[in-house]
Amino acid sequence: MPVLEITDVRKTYPSGDGEVIALDHATLAVEDDEIVALVGPSGSGKTTLLSIAGGLLTPSDGTVVVGGQDISAYSAKQLTAFRRDSVGFVFQAVNLVPFLTARENLMVVNDFGGSRSRHEARERADQLLDELGLGHRVDNLPGQMSGGERQRVAIGRALMNKPALVLIDEPTSALDTKLGEQVMELIVSEVKSRATAAVVVTHDQRMTHYADRTVTITDGVLTS
Amino acid sequence: MRLGLLELRRRPFRFAIAGSSLVLLSVLLLFLGGLLDGLYIGSTGLLRSQQGELIVYSSDAKDSLVRSRVDADLRAEVERVEGVARTGGLGVALVGGQVPGEEELANLSVTGFELPVASMPDDLELGPAEALADRSLQAFGVEEGQTIGVGSAATPITVVGWVDDTSYLQQGGFFVVPDTWRQVLGASRPDSNLPADTFQALVVEVSDGADPTDVAAAIDSATDGVTSTLTVDDAVQALPGIKEQNSTFTAIIYVTLFVAGLVVALFFALLTLERIGLYGMLKAIGGSTGQIFAGVLLQAVVVAIVSFVLGGVVTVLLSRALPSEVPVSLLPSRAVQTVVGLVLMSALGAAISLRRVVRVDPASSIG
Repeated sequence: MPVLEITDVRKTYPSGDGEVIALDHATLAVEDDEIVALVGPSGSGKTTLLSIAGGLLTPSDGTVVVGGQDISAYSAKQLTAFRRDSVGFVFQAVNLVPFLTARENLMVVNDFGGSRSRHEARERADQLLDELGLGHRVDNLPGQMSGGERQRVAIGRALMNKPALVLIDEPTSALDTKLGEQVMELIVSEVKSRATAAVVVTHDQRMTHYADRTVTITDGVLTS
Repeated sequence: MRLGLLELRRRPFRFAIAGSSLVLLSVLLLFLGGLLDGLYIGSTGLLRSQQGELIVYSSDAKDSLVRSRVDADLRAEVERVEGVARTGGLGVALVGGQVPGEEELANLSVTGFELPVASMPDDLELGPAEALADRSLQAFGVEEGQTIGVGSAATPITVVGWVDDTSYLQQGGFFVVPDTWRQVLGASRPDSNLPADTFQALVVEVSDGADPTDVAAAIDSATDGVTSTLTVDDAVQALPGIKEQNSTFTAIIYVTLFVAGLVVALFFALLTLERIGLYGMLKAIGGSTGQIFAGVLLQAVVVAIVSFVLGGVVTVLLSRALPSEVPVSLLPSRAVQTVVGLVLMSALGAAISLRRVVRVDPASSIG
């Protein structure tokens, strides 16, 4: 059963008398243990698709099912809980909380109402950071870490709540080629080892070979 | 909430501008409150310390103690009124006192009394030329056992004990037997010389179960309006300048609290603008608007409380450095009022940012 099922999804925005179509009857299924690279030019609808899959936006039409939950008609409150419990995000701009240590940046997900006790959350955060090669950085603030280390902390945060689906937005855009490859290898390794589905938005064709398959989006239309 | 506290702990200087502004405003609020309380206490102690419920003035005195006259016949009429359990004569003479070894005169309100005030010992036996002095007079060098030259005739009166919170119109209470008071009054204000058994006012203790307001009306009715009888609280408010003083200071205090709210509102509005990206990301990973706003609110409350504590320390140090003539009284009740006001206004100020926090779009964290 696919972890992510997007069926006939449209997303439109009003514009003057008409509307702008950001996503046009998009259909996509991602199985668990599968990594899908989503590529396309700027303004093609990559971000919209990722946002809808992650419950950041609601579709105008169509259905979105993640981990068996149909989130298409979720309220804002339900979507907040869904994002907290069921998906992990890795943002393009890394976006760590600057005044929290690496460990606390992971634990913040649990602080928002996760099911683990604080002690369990701490153990999970330490374990993830250790696996990501950041065991010596748990008490460091983001400002004390390199760009690659920060990106690894962000990956750890995305995996903190054991999500069914990880959504990754341009993970290598701020990194040089070598570091970008290392980060992609890490993403593949972490996602595969956890049997998690992942959608990676990238415009860097060199990174697409890390994915199991590539989906292209142009003017809001998906093509495999 | 935890996030807000961690930011305060890790980045305290980020809150320095709002914090230091609130420290200054706390000092201002506490100092203004202290001045108001000091002025109020120093002006009204004589009346507030009375254990009777009513004060009877002659009606032509317009509720002024120094202008009022109650002679023995009028007193007898008052005592016949139902509900009056006991009366005591009361009179003051506002004079200077020459304290041995001190160059400046101590300001005394020499008070002739018949009924003891709250802080007097039960077994009090005061002789002529003896006085119980208000403890505030210690700041003017007054000591127990000392003989002070009181009034323009320098009438020698010896301090034999202390009373508390009995000052009248900023002059320290100096309690003497009625004859000694008349002697001092007559020597210092020959035009105010009073015959024996005449006082400026009467303190009335009402019978158990009697309503003081009803008894007051009954007294004024029985004397055909020759008396004006007030409850102690009303008599305090009728003192010259008390109402005006209270309303002026209270208005300044409220304006200052309003400014504190504006400072916090402006600060947190700017801070929220700066954090739009961070809030978007926190919402994207599952933080609710309520959780994020609770953190903002908590920060405002903590900044207000810490600022108040620092402001309190500064105010205490400042008040100790002030000369004793400046009547500042720092009362716990005023401190509680101030911190509650400050916290409320800070919370309200921070609440202005709620709308902006609500409008942060979690989708803004992507792309």
